This record gives sequence, structure tokens and C-alpha cells, in this order.
Amino acid sequence: MTIFLKSIIMLGSLGLILGVVLALIFQKLAIKTNDLVERIKLALPGSNCGICAFPGCEVYAEKIVKDGIALNRCLPGEPEAASKIAKILGKNVEIKEPMIAALTCQGGKVQCRERFIYDGGTDCRQAYILHGGNKSCVFGCVGLGHCASVCPFGAIKIGKNRLPIINERKCTGCGICVKECPKMTLRLIPRTKLVYLACVSKDKGKAVKDICSVGCFACNICIKVCPYDALNMENNLPVMDFSRCTDCVICVHKCPAKSFIDRAKARPYPIISSLCNGCGECVKVCQFNAIEGNPKERHKIISAKCIGCGECFKVCSVKAIKMAGALGYQHKTA
Amino acid sequence: MITNPLLIFVAAFIVNNILLMRYIGLCPFFGVSTSLSTAFGMSTAVLFVMLLSTWVTWIIFHFVLLPLDLVFLRTAAFILVIAALVQFVEMFLKKNFKTLYTAMGIYLPLITTNCAILAVTFLVIDYKYSLFQSTIFAIGTAFGFGLVIILFSAIRERLEFAPISRSLKGYPIAFIAASLVALAFLGFIGLFGLTL
Repeated sequence: MTIFLKSIIMLGSLGLILGVVLALIFQKLAIKTNDLVERIKLALPGSNCGICAFPGCEVYAEKIVKDGIALNRCLPGEPEAASKIAKILGKNVEIKEPMIAALTCQGGKVQCRERFIYDGGTDCRQAYILHGGNKSCVFGCVGLGHCASVCPFGAIKIGKNRLPIINERKCTGCGICVKECPKMTLRLIPRTKLVYLACVSKDKGKAVKDICSVGCFACNICIKVCPYDALNMENNLPVMDFSRCTDCVICVHKCPAKSFIDRAKARPYPIISSLCNGCGECVKVCQFNAIEGNPKERHKIISAKCIGCGECFKVCSVKAIKMAGALGYQHKTA
Repeated sequence: MITNPLLIFVAAFIVNNILLMRYIGLCPFFGVSTSLSTAFGMSTAVLFVMLLSTWVTWIIFHFVLLPLDLVFLRTAAFILVIAALVQFVEMFLKKNFKTLYTAMGIYLPLITTNCAILAVTFLVIDYKYSLFQSTIFAIGTAFGFGLVIILFSAIRERLEFAPISRSLKGYPIAFIAASLVALAFLGFIGLFGLTL
């Protein structure tokens, strides 16, 4: 029993002494760490992952304060971290919009014929040297999966149609595939944007129609139908101005070649309530003739024709139209 | 029992090398030996902490545990002391030698849980070394640790570029390489009549 007591007292007092000594020393040796550094460290996620290219969150915080390193290098902390740090420092930062890689070509095995039988190496770059690959479209994706092999996150896989499929959950928007693609068919688009043109062919008219069933042949329809002037024709390709695009998907449905891609998994549909006074504004704005009804009477949606663009919802003056369904559809894909 | 300081050093340094002959401290051996610079940082930190902890635990053992007849508590007491010591060293370095602190980086707190440190503090007591002999032993062991980990990190750096089959890449081949290095060190057994 005495030994039992003795050991408890001994270990206890040893621990106590060490603890007190450490506490005293800590007070004496306490370093006035930069208050800013400490606060920035708290704003960072603290996972020490090293994506910012520094050994840990503390070092990155120090570098921000001392060397003025860019504030937006912390990917895991996005989108809050950079703005929080900016607040602490009283600076304005351009917060990088989260991006995602998108394949701007739909010409797989089925859609785009092959020009010749390619039996060479199994990397896009090797195929590219031989007349730009064996797809009949010289602009489109070669489909041998160089992007899949360079993706550090394993987010790209080559599908059955010999086109890369990008896993949106795994993609971090690092842009490595975009740089590596010899055909430049991959590009980064804002993660929140759902509609983009999936064609890179600079040919137009018959030259495109002959070789690819989903290629853009520069018919200008999308530019005419876009209610927000977000599209502009450049080099026989409509170029999307993402700051103007509202993801209304009108271009997607109006495109005769189906060259646009809508990333949304589902779209909402409008419901016209009894508040409708039959002003007819929505009928004018609907590009798909999906609303019918006599003037001064409650209108009706023809759901088979409706694409869920939401234009009628925006224009209704008495707020009789509600968008329903596809709840949170933007989150699903983002 | 070896009493000659030089022989104690050689025995701890090469003949009874802590990593390859005693198989102690293998976690940092495989964890930190991926590149030469980290291996060097780790071995300097080990030298530093090993020396200090050996002194302190030797004093604790001979002036606290032995008189109180509580020798069986040495494991608990030593772990406590080493952890507190490393904490103190870290604070001290952070305050006074900032460059050294940043150079050692994460390895300093990691050493708290390094079994090699604890092993040395036990061994000097098992061998009934004096404080001076313990110091020599600790230095020798730390140098042996550093020698092997630095040698091995060079091998690991070469292994990165070697054509190794996929199933063996990474740790498996590192363990195989380590066993070959250990075999080579087996040749030192019996040097000056020193063995475990």
C-alpha cells in the first residue's frame, strides 16, 4: 500500500512540478506572435494541406503578413478564407471564382467520323502529331485520355464514346488538363455557370455538318435568341460572356446542332396561379410558345414545350408565375 | 561491460546501431527518410533531444526514483519528463533561436513520441552507465541514427526513379532496401568484440 501511495505521490508531484515549471517558462518565454498572423491563422482551415505551396497554415499566414503573398492561395478554405483574411488586413482581394474544367467538344466516336485508322501510341499528343489525330474534325478532342493521365485528382475518365468525362465533384479547377490538352478542347468555366458551348470547330456551315453531328456550324441562332447579349460570334464560334449569362438555357434548346451543354441535372418549371390577369407579357417573352391563353384570362403553361428558362417568371408584373421543382438544382451540380 | 568511452561511442554508433541492429525508431526512419534535407533535419533534432533527455532522465532516475525505490515507474516518469522537456526546448528555441526552430520545424515535437529517445534513456540505465558514459552513448546513438537515416534517404531518392514494379513501389521496396542495409551493417558485429 505504501508503494502504491508513494508512486501516486511521486508521479503526481513530478507531473505537477513539470506542469508548473512549463507554465512559468511559457509565461517568461511567451513570444509576442504577430496578432495579425494569429488572426489570419484562425481564418485558415488549419488542415496544413500544403496546397498554398507553404508547409502549413501558420507559415502561409506569416508569409501573407510579411511578404505580401497573395491571399487567395488557400483552396480548401474557399470561398470564405480569402475574404476573411482580406477583412483582417483591410485589403481588397480579387477572390478567385471557383472554376471547373469542361470539355468543349462532344464529337465522340459516334458523333464524329474517323478519317483514318490510327494504330499508334496511346497518348493524345502522339496522335496529334499525325495530322492532328484521326477524328475527321481537326479541332476536336482526340479522345485518347492525356487529360485523364495528367489529372492529379483522378477527376477525368475516358468514357465509352472516347470522350473524357469530368467528375465535377473531384475536379478542383486546377487547370492542369487545360494546359496539357494538345487540342485545347478543355477549358475552365466558372463552377456556378451551367451552360457552355461544347464545340471548338472554327469551320462553319457544311464543313462542320459533314463531319460532326454535334458541331457548331456558326448559324448565329444562339446569338439572336440570347436575351442577355451574352454570346458573340468570334472565329465562327459563339463566345460566351459568363458575366452576362444567366443560365437560362434558351441557347441550349434553340441550337440546331445541340452544341451547347447544360450542366444542370434538372430544371424548374413555372406554375401560373390565379393571380394571372392575362396581360400576355409572358407569352411575348416565351421563345418556345409554351404559354397559351386568351387575353384577360388566366394563362396556361404547356409543359411539353417549356424548358424552364424562367423568362416568364421575371417578366410577370403581378407575380402570378412561380418556379417550382428542381429545388436547389444549382447546388446539385456545383 | 564496456567502459571505454571511445568503445561506447563506436558500439552505439555502428556496431549496435539503433535503427539497423536494435530495430528501434523505425517510424521516423521510414517516415522522414524520403529526402535528404528532411532526414538531416530529423537527425539533428534527434541528437539534440536525445542528449538532453538522457541527462535529465539519468538525473531523475538516480536522484528520485532510486532513493524512493520506485524503479518500476521509470517508463511513466521518463515519458512525462521527455514530453515536458521537448515542450520546453521548443519554446526556448522559438524564443531565442528562431532559425534553428524553423529548421527543425515539425520534427522537434514529433520526437516526443520517438521510441529511440526512450530506448536510449532505458539502455543507459540498464547498462549502469555513469552520466559521462551516458552522454557518450547518447551522442553515439544519435550519430548512428543520423548516419543511417541520411544514407537511407539517399537510397530512397534513387528508388524514386528506379523501375520498380507497381506492387512494390513506395514502402514495400523501402523495407526491402532497409533489410539489405541492415544486412550490410551485420558485418560490423564482433568489431572490437562489441555486440549487443
